[in-house]
Parts: sequence; C-alpha cells; structure tokens
Amino acid sequence: MTQKTIKNSSLAKVRSKRIGIAAAVFLLPALALIAVYFIYPIIDTFVISAYKWNGISADRTFIGIENWVTLFHDKLFWEAFGHNIIIMVFSIVLQIPIGMLLATFLDAGGKKFNFFKVVWFLPYLMSSVAIAFLFTYALATNGGIFSSLATLFAGKRVTVDLLGRSPQALFAVIGVMAWQYTPFYMVYFIAGYGNIDTSLYEAAIIDGATRGQYVRQIAIPMLGPIFKTACTMSLIGSLKYFDLIWNMTQGGPVNSTELMATYMYKLSFQQFNMGYGSCVAAAMFILITVIALLFQKVFVVKEDY
Amino acid sequence: MRTKQIDYRKEKRKSVAAWTLATILALIWLVLTLTPFAFMVLNSFRKQFDMLQQGVFHLPDPWYFGNYTEVVTHGFFGYFFRSVILVAVSLVLMLIISAFAAYPLSRMKFRSRGLIYAGIVAMMSVPMHVTLIPIFKMTTNMGLYDKLASLIGPYVAFALPMSVFILTAFMKTIPREIEESAEIDGCGRFKNFFSIILPLSKSGLSTLAIYNGVAMWNEFAFANTLLQSPAKKTLPLALGQFKGEHALDIPIILAVLTLSVLPVIILFIIFQDKLVKGMMAGAVKG
Repeated sequence: MTQKTIKNSSLAKVRSKRIGIAAAVFLLPALALIAVYFIYPIIDTFVISAYKWNGISADRTFIGIENWVTLFHDKLFWEAFGHNIIIMVFSIVLQIPIGMLLATFLDAGGKKFNFFKVVWFLPYLMSSVAIAFLFTYALATNGGIFSSLATLFAGKRVTVDLLGRSPQALFAVIGVMAWQYTPFYMVYFIAGYGNIDTSLYEAAIIDGATRGQYVRQIAIPMLGPIFKTACTMSLIGSLKYFDLIWNMTQGGPVNSTELMATYMYKLSFQQFNMGYGSCVAAAMFILITVIALLFQKVFVVKEDY
Repeated sequence: MRTKQIDYRKEKRKSVAAWTLATILALIWLVLTLTPFAFMVLNSFRKQFDMLQQGVFHLPDPWYFGNYTEVVTHGFFGYFFRSVILVAVSLVLMLIISAFAAYPLSRMKFRSRGLIYAGIVAMMSVPMHVTLIPIFKMTTNMGLYDKLASLIGPYVAFALPMSVFILTAFMKTIPREIEESAEIDGCGRFKNFFSIILPLSKSGLSTLAIYNGVAMWNEFAFANTLLQSPAKKTLPLALGQFKGEHALDIPIILAVLTLSVLPVIILFIIFQDKLVKGMMAGAVKG
C-alpha cells in the first residue's frame, strides 16, 4: 500500500514536470515577445526619464528627478490630462449606453436586422487617420456637413466652426470618437446577449413576460459583468487616445484638444526632448494603471452591497 | 376571460409603440453612421472646385473619375501591397503565438499558471506610448529603422494580450474528454494541439483575425515612428502623404480615403457572420 502511494506520487511528479515543460514550450514565444516589447521598454522608459537626452546623440546627461519635478509643475501636461478625463467620461457615457441600445435592438430583431448590424459596424473599419481627415473636411466651416445643413435651413450662408474654437473642438472630437467606437461596444454587447442561455428567455415568455420585461429584468442584469469590462476598456482606451487627435487637430486650437499621448509625441519626436518625453510617457502609464485599478475597486464595492 | 383579452391588447399596443420608437431611433443612428460616408463618396467624384459650387450633398455633375485615376497612378498600389504583406505576416504570426500561449493557459495545470495569465492580460492596459521611445531606440540599434519588418514585432506583441485573453476563454469551452480520448489513443501534446484544439478554435481565431486585421491595417503611431521614406510607408501613412501633396484638393483626398477603406469593407461583408461568435468567449467576465 505504502509502496503504491510512493510510486503514485513520483509518477505524479514526473507527469507534472512533463506538463511544466510542455507548458513552457507553448508559452515561450508569447512571453519572449512580451519581455521584449512590453517589460523591457517600460523599464527603459523610466530609466530614460532620469536623463536629458535628444534621442539621437550617444551622450545623455543624468539629471535625476529633475524631469519629474518639471512635470509636476507642467501646466500643459495637467491640462492634457484633464482633456483625457473629459474624453473618458463622455466616452463611457455615450459609447457604452448607445452600443448597448443598438445591441438590444439587434438581439430582439434577430437575423432580419442584419443590414443594420453591418451598416452600424462600418465606422469601426475605417482607420483613425482616414476618419481624422474625413471629419476635418466634414466639420469644416467651408463645405462641411453642419455648415451645409445650417445654410440649407437658414436659407442664407451660415458657417459652423466646430474645430477652430476652444471648447467646441474637444466636444467635436468626442462626437467623432463616439461615431468610431460605438460599433465596437455594440458587438461586445451582442456577444453578451448571445451568451445568455435561450432557455431563460423561453422560461420568461412561458411565465407571461413580455420581450421588454425580459430585457429589463433578466437580460440587462445578466450583462452586468460585461458592462464592467466594457467600461474598463473604454476608460483605458480614452486615457491612451492618440491617432485621431494627432491627425485631426494636432492638439489645437491652442492646446484645447491636447492629450497626454499627443503631448508626449510632440516632445519626443518633434522637439526631440526624449528625456522629458519619456517622463510624460511614464507618468501616463502610472496614471492609467492607478485609474484602472481604482475603477475596478469601486465597481467591486458597488456590486457587493 | 375578458379582462385577459384587454390586457393582451394593451400589451400588444405597448409593444407596437416600443417597436416604432426603437425603429425610429435605429434609423436615426443609421443616418448618423452613413452621412460621413455619403459625404466622402459623393465628393470624391467631383472636380476640385465643384464641391462648394454644387453643394456637398448634391449628386456630382458630371461624375468625375479623374481623382481615382490620379490616385491609382501615383503609387497607391505600392502602399496597398506593403500594407497587405505586413498585415498578413503579422496576423498569421500573432494567431499562432497566441493560440500557443492560450493552450497551456486553458488546458494544463502547472504552477504559476494564474500569475502568467494575469501578467499577459494586464498588458492590455499598457499604453503604447510608454514603450515607444525604447522601441524606437531598439529598432534603430538593430538596423531595422525605416524597414517594413520593424513593424511586425510591435504589431504581433501589442495584439497578443487581448488575443490570449479571448482564446484562453474560448479554449476552456472545448470539452476536456475530446483531448483525453485522443491521449489514450497515443496522441502527444503537440499533435493534440494541432489536430484537435486548433481546428476547434477556428471561430475564435477568425473573430480575432477580423479585429486585429482591422487594427493592424489601420495602425498609425508605430508606423509613423518607425518608417520615414515615402517608398516604405504603409497605407495609413500614405493618406497623410497624399494630403500633404494635394493640400487644397479635397475631392482627391476623399478618393484616397474611399480606396483605403473599401477593401476592408468588402472583406468585412464577406466575413461578417464571424464577427460575434468568437467575441462571445471574451464577453463572459473581465
């Protein structure tokens, strides 16, 4: 009996060792890439943030925390961070509820609404660069969509300046982002609806519930966790936003649409101040991580009561 | 009996009202979605100065195809094929590597599995900007700066966390018995992976291919940082190139935009039924 257990446990050991080796082989390429393109660069960015460096010359001067002190008092950076926060709030408030409404509509309609699904998804297929250029023209004062419509309704020439003025520009960009990203959340919620067991719907209908009651009282509460993930994705996405703004406004007019990422890119690749650029990037990383973690914490508390 | 009938009618009326309202809202969103596309396509068929004269939502008069011939004869296909090659290579590598990683994470028991999984998934929230300067530095040091190949690494790496997350969830739904019976039949782990797990993960893989293919096709920041000469640029960068060369000719730029999104739309319409299925595995919990 004892011999048998010993034999078993050593067999188990051999087996688990074998599994360990196999797992390591399968995981190796992914882990190597993550080490090279995530771990090492993140560490290096923090290291470079302690230097004054133009990114080209071999010599760089160690200046300790000087960049970080500058960053702390850098009005532009905190202004950019504020814009990121505004975008984050409006992304969550606009994209996720609209995406969910669209998904609810498609889920109720089934296959016959496929046309809506396909068309609604189209904006997500376009590159941010293309969207940026398209909307630069579509929102222009001359021959833009809004200017043309306003002219049509007013019966005289009216110009609507959405990108050239300070508060409007940021909200115009937020609108464009909603146009671009709502389809993603729509599909995410369609997938969420798809995961709900159909027998729940059947049971609800047999019990005399209407479609509306089913959606409100059964489906939406079941989508809770997906809601949370969608919010987290939207939050992270808005804090690292770059492409659209870079190609549409370059942070202008007068920094009114400047974001952390566009500020970092300007510092590093236009002004070649890579030491400080790295500092901004590192700060961005810290802020995103902290906000994402805080968000997770708050949501867990809310779910528990 | 009577009251029941009245209730039923009331419900019916309520549901008709709800459907009408929903349909109206749906149509509004449809118009909002399509208006910019209509603006883009209609105006791409105009001559430069016709846009303001004719009004942006009038049908072009006459339909002018010169913008498209101009774009196509000025290097569009070069950019196009560079992007095709880049996306194809990156996508295939990414799918293989993430499936490789997801297999042990979903179906083997070993120490530190939870830690490795959490570590990979946590990378989803890393902004690419925090890696940009070191990757720029690394690329220059390796002599890959201004070469198309320099983008493969970043593209594969940055698509991995999300893909591993979704594929791990997806592979967990494949019943364990299938593998076990194969093991009894003498199948090794690698053979198991290629002959059983990989084919069964097809719908998950195709969804990932759609999302990441679109993302890679449209990627801007890495390409803009690591490529420089016009002869090396990918399609998203070419858009800026064309815009710089034809600053005041809006219709011709709209023609380039239309051409750049057209292949993606065609592929999407062909594969649209794959859009949701694989996503369902990722839509379980965070």
